[in-house]
Amino acid sequence: MAETAIELGDEGHVGVLGLRLVAQGEDWAELVFDYDPRLAMSVGSGIIASGPIISLIDTASGAAIIARNKKFRPMATLDLRIDYMRTAVPGRSLTARATCYRITRNVAFVRCEAHDGDPDDPVACAMASFFFTAD
Amino acid sequence: MAVLPPYAEMIGARRDNSSGEPILTVGWQPDIEGRRGFIHGGVIAGLLEMACYEALHREFPDGVPPRMKPINVAVDYLRGGLMIETHAVAQIVRIGKRVANATALCWQNDRSKPIATARMHFLLDRDRAGTGQ
Repeated sequence: MAETAIELGDEGHVGVLGLRLVAQGEDWAELVFDYDPRLAMSVGSGIIASGPIISLIDTASGAAIIARNKKFRPMATLDLRIDYMRTAVPGRSLTARATCYRITRNVAFVRCEAHDGDPDDPVACAMASFFFTAD
Repeated sequence: MAVLPPYAEMIGARRDNSSGEPILTVGWQPDIEGRRGFIHGGVIAGLLEMACYEALHREFPDGVPPRMKPINVAVDYLRGGLMIETHAVAQIVRIGKRVANATALCWQNDRSKPIATARMHFLLDRDRAGTGQ
């Protein structure tokens, strides 16, 4: 089956972070953004703030829902919970792979892991739910 | 926490402590837009987290704060964030020896109609003083 086209665009916050889709499957999507010192939580450490990581996970989760739904439906995040495993190493790109494991008529459920190079050593794990705001 | 992090600057967050509360405010700008016409959910979560850090720093007014590591955060999105000013403030629910628990609120023109809430846990490393984050 042909893959569903997922358009992230390059405007708004997605564009500022430089989020891009690198892979997708039947019910999953993988997004990445490159390290940028402007996204750090402190000047000294250079460690990336969690805000951009949540933006990455939130956007990847939406993309996974589109992949599973085989089409775009307008949606909004209902809730999102993140466990931080460790700090990301400054300088490394961050990748998030989100899987939409269930879609009901109105709600979609997603889990997502983010890593900075090794998928077996994640920096964050997340669970999120979304609701569709229109058909 | 004298200086806000670079990420705060990037999303345009600034402090507003005029009410006595450690409130953070973000003005509307295209860089924080998610789906068209609404603030990106990640920006709202990032703002809520920074508000938690602000509140936690207030627990150490005299001394050097311990190193603070985020353990987890749970965000509930209640309303879409419109293209207007957005505010966030947090309270420390409990601060223990090793773990602190915070709760945060995000609103726009009416504080009684929040657009998001969050709960956050921090690990405190009191043996290692840090810049806080």
